[in-house]
Amino acid sequence: MCADARERPRGAHGRAPDVFRRGGWVPMREYDDRDAVDFAIVGTGAGGATLACRLAELGFRVVAFDAGAWWRPLEEFASDEEHQAKLYWTDDRLCDGADPVRLGSNNSGKAVGGSTVHFAMVSLRFRPEWFKARSQLGYGADWPLDWREMWRYYARVERALRIAGPVRYPWGPHRGRYPYRAHELNEAALVLARGAEALGIRWTPTPLATLSAPRGPAHPCVYRGFCVSGCATNAKQSALVTWIPRALAAGAEIRDLAMVGRVAVDGADRATGVEYLREGRWRFQRARNVVVAGYAVETPRLLLLSATGRHPQGLANSSGLLGRYFTVHANQAVWGTMDDEIRSYKGPPSLAITEHWNYADEGKDFFGGYCYMSQGPLPVVWAVTQGGRGLWGKPLRAEMQKYNHQAGLKIVGETLPQADNRVTLADTKDAYGLPVARVTHAYCDNDRRLIAHSMDFMSRALAAAGARDLWRETDDTCHMAGTARMGDDPHCSVVDADCRSWDIRNLWICDGSVFPTVGGVNPSLTIQALALRTADRIAALAGRGEL
Amino acid sequence: MSADTRYRGYDVLDKRDTPSWDAVTRAVIDERLTAADHLPQVATGAAWRVLRALCTCIVPQPADRPAVPLAALLDRRLAANRGDGFRDARLPPLREAWRIGLDALDAESRHGHGRGFADLDDEARIDLLHRVQHGACADPAWRGMPPALFFSHRVLPDLLSAYYAHPQAWSEIGFGGPANPRGYVRMVANRRDPWEPVEARPGEEARAYRENRRVR
Ligand SMILES: Cc1cc2nc3c(=O)[nH]c(=O)nc-3n(C[C@H](O)[C@H](O)[C@H](O)COP(=O)(O)OP(=O)(O)OC[C@H]3O[C@@H](n4cnc5c(N)ncnc54)[C@H](O)[C@@H]3O)c2cc1C
Ligand code: SF4
Repeated sequence: MCADARERPRGAHGRAPDVFRRGGWVPMREYDDRDAVDFAIVGTGAGGATLACRLAELGFRVVAFDAGAWWRPLEEFASDEEHQAKLYWTDDRLCDGADPVRLGSNNSGKAVGGSTVHFAMVSLRFRPEWFKARSQLGYGADWPLDWREMWRYYARVERALRIAGPVRYPWGPHRGRYPYRAHELNEAALVLARGAEALGIRWTPTPLATLSAPRGPAHPCVYRGFCVSGCATNAKQSALVTWIPRALAAGAEIRDLAMVGRVAVDGADRATGVEYLREGRWRFQRARNVVVAGYAVETPRLLLLSATGRHPQGLANSSGLLGRYFTVHANQAVWGTMDDEIRSYKGPPSLAITEHWNYADEGKDFFGGYCYMSQGPLPVVWAVTQGGRGLWGKPLRAEMQKYNHQAGLKIVGETLPQADNRVTLADTKDAYGLPVARVTHAYCDNDRRLIAHSMDFMSRALAAAGARDLWRETDDTCHMAGTARMGDDPHCSVVDADCRSWDIRNLWICDGSVFPTVGGVNPSLTIQALALRTADRIAALAGRGEL
Repeated sequence: MSADTRYRGYDVLDKRDTPSWDAVTRAVIDERLTAADHLPQVATGAAWRVLRALCTCIVPQPADRPAVPLAALLDRRLAANRGDGFRDARLPPLREAWRIGLDALDAESRHGHGRGFADLDDEARIDLLHRVQHGACADPAWRGMPPALFFSHRVLPDLLSAYYAHPQAWSEIGFGGPANPRGYVRMVANRRDPWEPVEARPGEEARAYRENRRVR
């Protein structure tokens, strides 16, 4: 094994790790701190990496920063849940409110590639109406975007990531077939299929960002099942093995182990660059534009930390909404025991899905929607889930003996954006000496109704598929969004449709935090589609001299 | 493997040198197996005895095999100060929560029984832990930390995640374990790859045992 990726930066001296070859390197262009680059991008996850790639390809001079390490998956990703915690954002964050969220492993990453390095690869489009949730469905807020345009960008991301999915997707407007064939189903997925068919709703193999056929140096998924611990085969189409290599080839510089602590602005309300800590030293990168892409907790935190005399409430916060509308997905599940051996540890965890309750509006006593998917928890996650039910001692051991017979259905459920769910700064400081984020969260009654509906429905589906001894996992959440929402009114949003801050026109936000609503699907495809759109818009604005 | 498993004869470590394990996984697991020799660094002295007693209650282990050194695994984590990336604002940081919690368990025990937690019998320990789990205790030694929250947010997740990260636990529950580069092929119900464990169906224990001894 090579020296720890967390000790010394790897993106340096004109080269960067080649993630496709053991011990290999690729050349990397480098920029001087004093050289005002076109774009300094903070964060290299779904939003930051995609944008860095496209901006570089469009000819801009780009430096992207990530606080995390630059891993070599082929050599450094163990098949082990505990060890791979090295991919998570494990710096402290405080959680409070009536329903405090559990961040960490299931919520955010700290690595070149961001959370996509250990995400579950589920790649879904928004239902078209969600972009106008307020005016068409009566809740939440409208996006300042047209769904048809977003669908064109979705198709581009799907092609770029060789999404493996069905020939015909059962819900929503026609979308053409997915670039790569759908993956084979494991038994956990077939349980979902049987339940759905028994209840008369449709289901489909999940569109996944993992290869079902070779792609260049990467071979197809081997169904080892450790996806949320990081993929050691490079089948997973994370930003680390897709957008980042492309960004490098197009001349972007990526700085790993580089924690940005402040975005600097001048007296004319223009961002001038970023202060960042690398190799024990605070430095300053000059830039003509700054993009913050740290995900829905770190993005508002950084902008709050960057407050100045002229911007006492933090940057881009004249609306007072920065940090507000922190919105998660409900992530409740129903579990049961099957007579058959299921062994759901084989294959990607969520091979089958139904979006029925995203597209059906009849029979709901709540706003919003949810999908649910089959599950494949590995032992540590499974044991902690049992602990969440309050089990320990002999009852726990007895339950754990049923590991290979369990099957479950889990939602990604839309919660409503609420102004009082928010990210603020706490008094406690982190290892960099910066105040940590405080994340305040409570469900509203609508959220509880949605959750109750989903659990009743999934219980029926699971029972119909033959499961016994059903029980409910009631308190999980996943994904985060909303803390720098986009809109078309500067008083009611932080950025405009181009992800450009209303207050500081050369400051952009390109990550999950710009979502005004979250819909009932996982966010990464939408984040990447937005990043592609933002890149095109930036090029168009630059062409008109409007940057 | 012991009698309380359906997978007698299966030892995931037998696959260590097969195509199911890569070099980095071998290194990581080899290192984990050295926990048995770990000397306590954070939970020391009285706290160490409390922690060991607590571990036997949370994950009771069969007597017919060497125990997973659960207390040592936790203490190693505390020594490395490996947090989760979030903390319920009502709880102090990782190490402090454990220090207070172990101390408070002992105090509760002395208060109720006149003896330390480690000196209680199983029944009394379990009884006390149920009270902690349900927040039905109030010794000043908790120093404002809600006992039920300590139990649900530290004791259970920390100990269960440490135990089920140990290969012996994987063998016990019939988990295939590490699987790179070989992965899996047979994905549907009641099918297994030859490198996965066999579950003993009633009456077929001997056959399952024999096959499990051959799982590579
Ligand atoms: C376990 C798990 C499973 C998931 N499964 C799915 C799924 O199946 N499908 C799906 O669509 N989504 C999934 N998600 C969610 C998805 O991964 C995220 O929504 C997405 O990656 C967010 O993109 P982002 O660009 O906003 O942030 P991220 O991808 O999290 O990237 C942010 C990056 O910014 C860096 N950063 C933050 N602050 C700073 C700073 N101040 N200085 C320097 N760097 C900084 C971080 O280190 C991080 O690398 C999953 C997430 C997790 C954790
Ligand atoms: S199951 Fe496939 S995508 Fe998941 S970690 Fe294994 S090879 Fe990668």
